[in-house]
Amino acid sequence: MAIPAGDPQVLQVYLPIAEISVDVVGLLLLGGGVGFLSGLFGVGGGFLMTPLLIFMGVPPAVAVGSQANQLVGASVVGTIAYWRKDGVDFRMGGVLLISGLIGSSIGVVLFGLLQRLGQIDLVISILYVVVLGTVGGLMAMESWRALRRSKMAAPPRRRLHQHLWIHGLPLKMRFPKSRLYISALVPGGIGLLGGVIIAIMGVGGGFFMVPAMVYIIGMPTAVVAGTSLFQILFTTAAVTLMQAALNQTVDVMLALVLLIGGVVGTQIGIRFGGRLRGEQSRMLLSLMILAVALKVGIDLVLTPDDFYTLVTGK
Amino acid sequence: MRMMAFIVAYWPSAYLRQTILITVLLFTLPTASRAQAVMADLTSHLIAITTGFTGTEVTLFGAMDGESDLIVVVRGPENKVTVRRKERILGLWLNAHSASYDGVPGFYAVAATKPIGDILRGEMLARQQIGVENLTLTPTRNDLSAGDEQAFRDALIRGKQNAGLFGSQLGTVTTLGNRLFRTALVLPSNVPVGYYQVHVYAVRGGQIVGAQTTPLEVQQIGAAAELSDVAHTHGLIYGLLAVGASIMVGWLGSMAFRRA
Repeated sequence: MAIPAGDPQVLQVYLPIAEISVDVVGLLLLGGGVGFLSGLFGVGGGFLMTPLLIFMGVPPAVAVGSQANQLVGASVVGTIAYWRKDGVDFRMGGVLLISGLIGSSIGVVLFGLLQRLGQIDLVISILYVVVLGTVGGLMAMESWRALRRSKMAAPPRRRLHQHLWIHGLPLKMRFPKSRLYISALVPGGIGLLGGVIIAIMGVGGGFFMVPAMVYIIGMPTAVVAGTSLFQILFTTAAVTLMQAALNQTVDVMLALVLLIGGVVGTQIGIRFGGRLRGEQSRMLLSLMILAVALKVGIDLVLTPDDFYTLVTGK
Repeated sequence: MRMMAFIVAYWPSAYLRQTILITVLLFTLPTASRAQAVMADLTSHLIAITTGFTGTEVTLFGAMDGESDLIVVVRGPENKVTVRRKERILGLWLNAHSASYDGVPGFYAVAATKPIGDILRGEMLARQQIGVENLTLTPTRNDLSAGDEQAFRDALIRGKQNAGLFGSQLGTVTTLGNRLFRTALVLPSNVPVGYYQVHVYAVRGGQIVGAQTTPLEVQQIGAAAELSDVAHTHGLIYGLLAVGASIMVGWLGSMAFRRA
């Protein structure tokens, strides 16, 4: 787990909160890679970043806290970029955000409860498998069908979105940017559920929000990524403040180095994202999500190398 | 001590007073006289962790009063450590049994002139906690069976050794003309901050003839220290600064690409 010390080949930086030294180049590349995905798919990439930081030797709590801090800056880049391309539905983003903040507060309480019961690791692993597996599986199936359909000579005319029972709920609101007239309870419920998942899994939640916005709310692909990033920006800012004030687990040095790599990666990602069709981009994202779910699932079942783990308390 | 104070206060001659004081000290404080068998110091008592910290080396040097074997023990700040063991339940590997240990040194390393087993008898090593196998590690909270206790203890030591925080090899102490000695204490980049103790033992004929303890402090210095300090004392302000810095860097990056 420990990064080899004093190796003259690598440029190291000492992280004051994590209390370890890490390789700057490795950290920049990690930030850049995850930033690329962020620009490409409109997801934060936390479900990849958090496990990788822990693998580098960063304490899990600090990985989660600093990750949120880094996502603030990363989603500012994405939000501005999509805003310029007129790709943010601020009204929809606002509804998602308010419900998301309520959800993540509930999630923080649940997290504390599970921690006292001593099985938070298990719940996080199972959530990764179930949530990532379901979302990834559904997305993979849908985008596979869409890809096959687009190869046919005359694609059948599609409706803007499918009408489900949830679209009959009360409190209807107009979302002109998304060309929708639906109940505010739909995005509100998704935001709430997303918030709970965000707080417990320690991720930005884009991988969950993006497919929910496409398939359940029925938002047009053009505004999904931008709106998701807008909502992530404010959720992660709130999470950073809470983590810094309550747990002192935000390493700003770690966050900023990741962010500098991320800024570059995001821009490249956005440029690539413009070349991909929606269903191609969703297919790639779903495969990546499934791979992470599979990895976590296999780790739960496979005999571990070492049965023992150490947790150091102050 | 009250007797000594009486002597010091009322004895008429300054010269006699000094002589008696030294004599009293020599006879009443055996540790003071024993310490003369070995005297040691560090090249630095403060390890400064700055932004570019990648681990460091401190030299311990000293003198002894004749041919002796030397053992140097470095002990870092103590912490509570919980060891958890995964067990297979319904096909899944889950954390099941656990044991918590208080007062586990955050860093522990030993250096000596030759293998410590050849210098001191087993019970002496155990009494002085010299060598990882002799560390006093007893779980304070414990749901283990008797056979498991050793396995958990081994796992604790193995985990600390893998992290580079417990020395897995004996360091060497080099001597010069049976009078002078030196050894290099290597501290890795993930060395915990706090107060350390460096114990030096001089051994002759299987007996400890001299011992000295010298302090060592590992501390964050400069920007890293200030950040850490603000984070722990003014969490909310730190959080606001962190969010602000993140937005600033993100926004500047975005502007840079707009120009390009």
